[in-house]
Amino acid sequence: MNTIELEKIAKKIRMDTIKMIYKVKSGHPGGALSIADILAILYFDEMHVDAKNPQMPDRDRFVLSKGHAATSLYAALAAKGYFAREELWTLRQYQSILQGHPDMKVTPGLDMSSGSLGQGLSIANGMALAAKLQKKEFRVYAILGDGELDEGQIWEAAMTAPQFRLDNIVAIIDQNGFQINGTTDDVMKVASIEDKFQAFGWNVLSIDGNDISAIKDAFQKAKNCKDRPTAIIAKTLKGKGVSYMEDRCEWHSGVPTEEQYQLAMQELGGNE
Amino acid sequence: MGTTMREVFGKTLQSMKDDPRLVVLDADLGSATKALMFKSVCPERYIDVGISEQDMVGMAAGLSTCGMIPVASSFSVFITGRAFDQVRNTVAYGNLNVKLVGTHCGVSVGYDGGSHEAVEDLAIMRALPNMTVLCSSDARETEVMVRAAYDYKGPVYMRISRIGVPDYHKPDYVFKIGKGEILREGKAAAIVATGIMVTEAIEAAQLLAMEGIEVTVINMPSIKPIDKELLVRVAKETGGIVTAEEHNVVGGLGSAVAEVLAQNTPVLMRFVGIQDKFGCSGKPETLLEEYHLKAQDIVRAVKEIAKTAK
Repeated sequence: MNTIELEKIAKKIRMDTIKMIYKVKSGHPGGALSIADILAILYFDEMHVDAKNPQMPDRDRFVLSKGHAATSLYAALAAKGYFAREELWTLRQYQSILQGHPDMKVTPGLDMSSGSLGQGLSIANGMALAAKLQKKEFRVYAILGDGELDEGQIWEAAMTAPQFRLDNIVAIIDQNGFQINGTTDDVMKVASIEDKFQAFGWNVLSIDGNDISAIKDAFQKAKNCKDRPTAIIAKTLKGKGVSYMEDRCEWHSGVPTEEQYQLAMQELGGNE
Repeated sequence: MGTTMREVFGKTLQSMKDDPRLVVLDADLGSATKALMFKSVCPERYIDVGISEQDMVGMAAGLSTCGMIPVASSFSVFITGRAFDQVRNTVAYGNLNVKLVGTHCGVSVGYDGGSHEAVEDLAIMRALPNMTVLCSSDARETEVMVRAAYDYKGPVYMRISRIGVPDYHKPDYVFKIGKGEILREGKAAAIVATGIMVTEAIEAAQLLAMEGIEVTVINMPSIKPIDKELLVRVAKETGGIVTAEEHNVVGGLGSAVAEVLAQNTPVLMRFVGIQDKFGCSGKPETLLEEYHLKAQDIVRAVKEIAKTAK
């Protein structure tokens, strides 16, 4: 898919994310908006998946390790056709197929539940290992938050992927620079994420994580890299696309007022 | 003394090597849990993740969603404690087909001391929705339990002990998840035991019989789901139940039995088990005595309630 079409999809994901949170008055917009471009490319360009056959055995897998960003993932899944867009407005409500954090038991197209941070990379490694053992070609993608890197399990998994030569896994680190209590530098300095993954033996790529062509290019480079897993350090803007949310820690979770909602929709170019 | 449960665990895994879905995961304790035995027959599906139980359980979860059947093992304290959130939020919440095996449970671990002696694993695993909880009592039961856990679709936690115990099961013993086993019948009271306490319960019944007190003895390998029907029946027949487990009396077998009986057939109960204490170092046999986990302790408990029961 070309860049312009992908940009359109990313925009749609952003609008639906804001609309969902505004309608149900609950959710985490900041970290959901930062990964909208990556999700658009994953589901509409990169991953081998079929919305009509969500359990297709040889499909590529996706793990949203930073589960609180569920809204933009749900918007992407709806856009892809896994379920009706109307379901989005049931987010976080009783008996909804869209739980507050991803629940694979109820949402079509979800490959893994998440919500407790730090677990996604190990799980993705397990999926990638399954592909190797079964001699299958499917690839595994995981989006991790940079705040989430505080969790020790991430670094256990960072050692495991190169150990088992899982070159079919791509870990995308959404480096938006914030966690709940402040900037990642203020709360817990992770220092150079690049150096750390490199030291563990990963193929490391640093990109602008809100730049469609840069993301596409990185995924291609990841495919060309054999014998090593790839970590894409994606520098993003938390709240990307909505001026008053951009780079603002307080929009980690929060609900726009009606005025703010209208402004967000205007800025995202929507007229729905 | 027969083969230890751990050796049977390792041998059973070896015998299952031709099933391409089986992946054995280890966190650098395979030589103690005996999971390492699988490596010699199937190195490609023996995955040692190093000393990282959380990563191991996460990997197992990922593998399970792609059609593999992972068997992850470690000491009971680590696989249920160190990796609790991974077991809770990923394996149990996702209702994933992951088998968790915890060895070295209870004070019979011995010299390693309290840090390595799980007294709470049954309680915390039992409290997780979707989780099936099993506890083996001898070599034969370990073998059939590993196979039953493997064939069952869903998350399972299985507990086996470090020390050897006598093999009391015949080779044709059939184990079913959710079923208890009557080993002896009597009217004065019933002893419901699990794990290495089953052989103590059998001995206790023999000692009681010498005094003219005939008791029912039940092996309860399936802690969750538990055999409600059998428990209600023996409670009605005997009027008093003593549970016996090498686990804290809070939340384990005794609690599970009490939960059933309190709602159906309330009878007087006694709980033989670890009395809300951590373990410590020592010779296993010494610790079992000091923690009151011997046949004599069961005898004493039976006498307390048999008196008032009939």
